[in-house]
Amino acid sequence: MALITAKDLSVGYGGQTVAEHLNFKVNSGDYLCIVGENGSGKSTLVKTLVKLIKPVAGEVKYGDGLMPGEIGYLPQHTVVQRDFPASVKEIVLSGCQSRMGLRPFYNSEEKKLAADNMEKMAITDLANKCYRELSGGQQQRVLLARALCATKKMLILDEPVSGLDPKVTAEMYELVSKLNKEGITIVMISHDIKSAVEYADHILHIGNTIYFGSKSEYLNSKAGKIFMMMQSKDPHAGKPLTV
Amino acid sequence: MIDTLMMYMGYPFVRYAMMVGVMIALCSSLLGVTLVLKRYSFIGDGLSHVAFGVMSIAAVLNLTNTMIIVLPGTILAAVLLLRTGQNAKIKGDAAIAMISVGALAFGYLLMNKFSTSTNLSGDVCSTLFGSMSILTLTKSEVALCAVLSAIVVIVFILFYNKIFAVTFDETFARSAGTKVNAYNLLIAVVIAVIIVLAMNLVGSLLISALVIFPALSSMRIFKTFKSVTIFSAVFSVICAFFGIVISMLAGTPVGSTIVAADIAAFGICSLIGHFSGAR
Repeated sequence: MALITAKDLSVGYGGQTVAEHLNFKVNSGDYLCIVGENGSGKSTLVKTLVKLIKPVAGEVKYGDGLMPGEIGYLPQHTVVQRDFPASVKEIVLSGCQSRMGLRPFYNSEEKKLAADNMEKMAITDLANKCYRELSGGQQQRVLLARALCATKKMLILDEPVSGLDPKVTAEMYELVSKLNKEGITIVMISHDIKSAVEYADHILHIGNTIYFGSKSEYLNSKAGKIFMMMQSKDPHAGKPLTV
Repeated sequence: MIDTLMMYMGYPFVRYAMMVGVMIALCSSLLGVTLVLKRYSFIGDGLSHVAFGVMSIAAVLNLTNTMIIVLPGTILAAVLLLRTGQNAKIKGDAAIAMISVGALAFGYLLMNKFSTSTNLSGDVCSTLFGSMSILTLTKSEVALCAVLSAIVVIVFILFYNKIFAVTFDETFARSAGTKVNAYNLLIAVVIAVIIVLAMNLVGSLLISALVIFPALSSMRIFKTFKSVTIFSAVFSVICAFFGIVISMLAGTPVGSTIVAADIAAFGICSLIGHFSGAR
């Protein structure tokens, strides 16, 4: 059974629907990229998947023993975090909170998990550094390590590369791709269609046209062609397309 | 000067005042870090005005033990304020401003119209700016304050990691299944308790100072959540201690002297932070 199955799902805020009639599946080991225009409801959709908001209609089913609290979520940055006095270690450890229930302190197992994930993200030497003094790419690694503490199965990333420079962006994509190869299922929102089709194996396109399928099918579909063309003309969409 | 101080310390009421002052300073500084970071600096101000309003109702009703209605009233207001933060018809800061001035005006109105006291302006002034009543505390009041402070400190330590998680990233905490609303509620209740406690010390106009100065000062120098929290507790206790001592020696009002000490220490911390290149 799939980890996540969305059936005729409509998502939105306060009763107002922003995207409707979505049908898709995320299987274990998949790398799904969610693409679409601004305001098409990508963020709203992933917030629904991690149960931050309720679906307007339809349903999301979790299978294969996946509990909604076990998804590692990497949200977009908030204003609060910009000047927050916290060390890298403190933040990564806070990813273990779903494991502890009402237990007040972290145990040695959780501390080891945090240390392992910092190692994996190559931020061990930053452990006692202050979060607000890190570069954008380092901050994202910290949040990724935190998300990894919350999950063994699935990461949901909301535009993990926004605001990063091209080199750091490429590193970030490589990192996520490596995690995927290690067996973690990835669901990622991306503005950047080029990298989406480069790394992902499935594409979910939402907006005026809705499309879900494997990457190769998407590139040949009408939705895919139009969107790729639009992005290549749009000067704000990043580098020109070469795919 | 030391002799004078020693003489003062010989009186039990001075020792009580000292103990209560230090306990309140400790409690208020603990949650200060969270409130400042969550952009709720003014909740202390708003809630203390609510407490003033409720206290004036108590005065009009001629209740001797005002705590019975002041504490629940303030907790209720705290819960309402944090809730409006979520489904925002009126945004957080506007809601706080509204409730704060509303309660202040209503409280003064009530006191002015119905109070039986002969020294109305004295009463109002002491509620707003803290009074010498800290020097007239009874043993049972000190005990109550000690118990409530102990509860606040224990709750804070037990939930320290959750409070960090909820403060740093509410969205992530929620997605990881943490009961964010419950912890926000807990924070609201605890801050209401602290404010009611602190009214005796600095009065309802100056409470915000006890909440925000320790946090802001230690954020100038320290960089991890734990060190910021610990230092702000130490900072607050030291300032409260010296504030009370100075106010006794110089005969100045207790509340404003403590706040003046906080401001001076904030200046020092800013300088240290500036020169050590922390910010």
